[in-house]
Amino acid sequence: MESVIISVLRRTIVAGTPLLLGTLGEIMTERSGVLNLGIEGMMALGAVSGFIVTYTTGEPWFGLTTALVMGMLISSLHAFVSVKLGGNQVVSGLALTMLGLGISGLWGKPFIGKPLAVKMQPIHIPVLGDIPLLGEVLFRQDAFFYIAVVLGLCFWFLLSHTRWGIEIRSVGEYPLASETQGINVHWVRFSCVLLGGALAGMAGAHLSLSYSKSWTEGITAGRGWIVIALTIFSLWRPLRAFTGAFLFGGIFVLQYLLQPLGISPSFLAMLPYMATLGVLIAGGVKRERRRLQEPAMLGEPYVR
Amino acid sequence: MKKILSLKMEGITKAFPGVIANRGICLSIHSGEILGLLGENGAGKTTLMNILYGLYRPDEGTILINGEPVVLNSPRDSIRMGIGMVHQHFMLIQNHTVAENITLGYKDAPFFFPLREVEKKLKGFSELYGLEVSARKAVWQLSAGEQQRVEIIKALFRGAHLLILDEPTSVLTPPETADLFEILKRMAKEGHSIIFISHKLEEILTLCNRVVVLRKGEVVGEADTREVDKVALARMMVGRDIVFDLTRKKLTPGDPVLEVDNLTVRGDRGEVAVRELSFSVCRREILGVAGISGNGQRELVEAITGLRPADSGTVRVAGRDVTNSSARLISDYGVSHVPEERIKFGVVPNIMVYENCILKRHHRPPFFRGLFLDYDAVKEHSSRILKSFKVAAPSTSVPVKNLSGGNIQKLILGRELAGEPCLLVAAHPTYGLDVGATEYIRTQLLEHRERGISVLLISEDLEEIFQLSDRIAVMFKGEFMGVIPAGEVNMEDIGLMMAGSKRLEARGK
Repeated sequence: MESVIISVLRRTIVAGTPLLLGTLGEIMTERSGVLNLGIEGMMALGAVSGFIVTYTTGEPWFGLTTALVMGMLISSLHAFVSVKLGGNQVVSGLALTMLGLGISGLWGKPFIGKPLAVKMQPIHIPVLGDIPLLGEVLFRQDAFFYIAVVLGLCFWFLLSHTRWGIEIRSVGEYPLASETQGINVHWVRFSCVLLGGALAGMAGAHLSLSYSKSWTEGITAGRGWIVIALTIFSLWRPLRAFTGAFLFGGIFVLQYLLQPLGISPSFLAMLPYMATLGVLIAGGVKRERRRLQEPAMLGEPYVR
Repeated sequence: MKKILSLKMEGITKAFPGVIANRGICLSIHSGEILGLLGENGAGKTTLMNILYGLYRPDEGTILINGEPVVLNSPRDSIRMGIGMVHQHFMLIQNHTVAENITLGYKDAPFFFPLREVEKKLKGFSELYGLEVSARKAVWQLSAGEQQRVEIIKALFRGAHLLILDEPTSVLTPPETADLFEILKRMAKEGHSIIFISHKLEEILTLCNRVVVLRKGEVVGEADTREVDKVALARMMVGRDIVFDLTRKKLTPGDPVLEVDNLTVRGDRGEVAVRELSFSVCRREILGVAGISGNGQRELVEAITGLRPADSGTVRVAGRDVTNSSARLISDYGVSHVPEERIKFGVVPNIMVYENCILKRHHRPPFFRGLFLDYDAVKEHSSRILKSFKVAAPSTSVPVKNLSGGNIQKLILGRELAGEPCLLVAAHPTYGLDVGATEYIRTQLLEHRERGISVLLISEDLEEIFQLSDRIAVMFKGEFMGVIPAGEVNMEDIGLMMAGSKRLEARGK
């Protein structure tokens, strides 16, 4: 029984990691006032490029770096259109999703079904990894998980206790006011979109290098949309993203576990969205928009 | 950063598509001086100051600081030069705390935990200039006067030597204005230079050492404030003599048209915005509601016109209970509404003038017949409105957004009065309009009062309230601090009531 629990929890962590990475990136992007609906596409591109590089070089860290750079590259398109040109963020984000999915399908065609010979090795953290149960679940994961956790803590600290954090949040709340304070609004927004792209790319690499260790078209399976829901669910706070990502990760694992018991996996697949709707409804019913903490100028282009 | 001992703007010209906002403007200021910049809305004051603050680049002209030409490409450049600006619409982030707002522009704040340092330094500043604020409060919890203090502190934190204030008193109560003037005089004594933008003559005369008058983008006069009077300044500003008094005929009010009883309304954040308010407005009467914006005026208007649900209490129009009825029903009962944000709520900017003229009546004859609109009737109706309300529009077939603010407001007023309403709810009807349009709209309101309609007038402009109202109510935090017949007002009392520190028992009800 204990081994089942450990296995479920371990898989929950693994399933939640890409969600956490993606959500952290989207939180930073949205906090600066830019909505990026292109997560799904950025993840797919990260997954395929990470896989191809790892497959050909045999070095997963190269793959991870490539995925990160590709994520930034494709997100720079969104940044250019929505920040620099002041275009519609929804349209540009959706275009990014389609573009990313398209490119990844094309590039990945020759690699479908090829298994990865090397993979990210789990890292056994000394001492902590020897704690029963907890150690096995939390401290014997691969690098992706640790990176995500460290980034999450960094982002939380950055947003709430540094000057940069105040600048990013201010740009998302009231760009004109930030500009009059000598902040370069476009630069801040551009950087945040690129940061979000890098993390989405990394999330994609996790899927192809660590989660399934192979490439198939549609590997992201809607995780990009869950990330967007999760960003709202986390109320744009990095620490809450942890709860959300691993909760939703757990639902992924449950899909497989509960299927034999006659519970439809489609029902469980629906849960993350239901939970997000619930959060929105709860926030709406209270009529206290301020408690929802949505960046006030989210989705509004800033053109001086 | 060197101290600004003198600043000169020479030959500044700035054009926007279709208008020249500034034409060859020259002005100068030296340290310790308070310079008034006077002009009507649209005279180009704000554009000029935005150039000085680096938000706009001038097409022509130079700016000299201490005799040396400087190029100001962005606010960052201006801040580096020691120029600070307090904008008319506060540049504060409502959801952030005071300390966070100050940190945003304060480059010397440490990278990690910047707020601690800022909070410490803030204390010293508050004492030096008599600027009291609490660092940990969110900006939306502060009054307008407090928010303005935060703006001034923000500029001082960055070491501004020249401070520009754009219409700083428009959101303040008279006592708050007096406090502000004290602070500014103290700063000038410390060697700061201050540019004070206003269209209020008295303020310029009491506060400033010198005044520069702008009209239609050009400097039309400059004077020492000890050597000019109000009338001369007004003539410079407008280009003709203006009437300070409108004639208001004595009328006996008729039966009550609007009766509000124990009305409680909540604001956007769920807070009580209007608290158990009771009053009435009669036929042939204008009730003026004075007070600083944000004290529940908007919620009151929206509850009466059916745009916002009332929590409790009743609203009756001509004896009929319309509490929480739909906006269309209330409008059909004869309640007209001139809303406070005219572009957002008064018109549909992208559709034609003639279509805008029948909004709210499009579902009734003669405009609506069976399934279709009778466009001939619509167009005829709209040209009638344009003619009788002197709306300057090239034709009825242009989008409303092509009209100027004054003409849009005349159009709205014309549309609202065309249906022969029994009650007109007018919120800030002349806000942001030039003197000509203001005069016209006020005259129209008085004329329609004589014809028998009742008006609920919401305004921040005390002059307007005094000119038009039969009775004056002062609203503070969702309540009337008193309702006074127009003949018995006392400026000091009104000021105290606006600040909430005095309450009169309701009289003349």
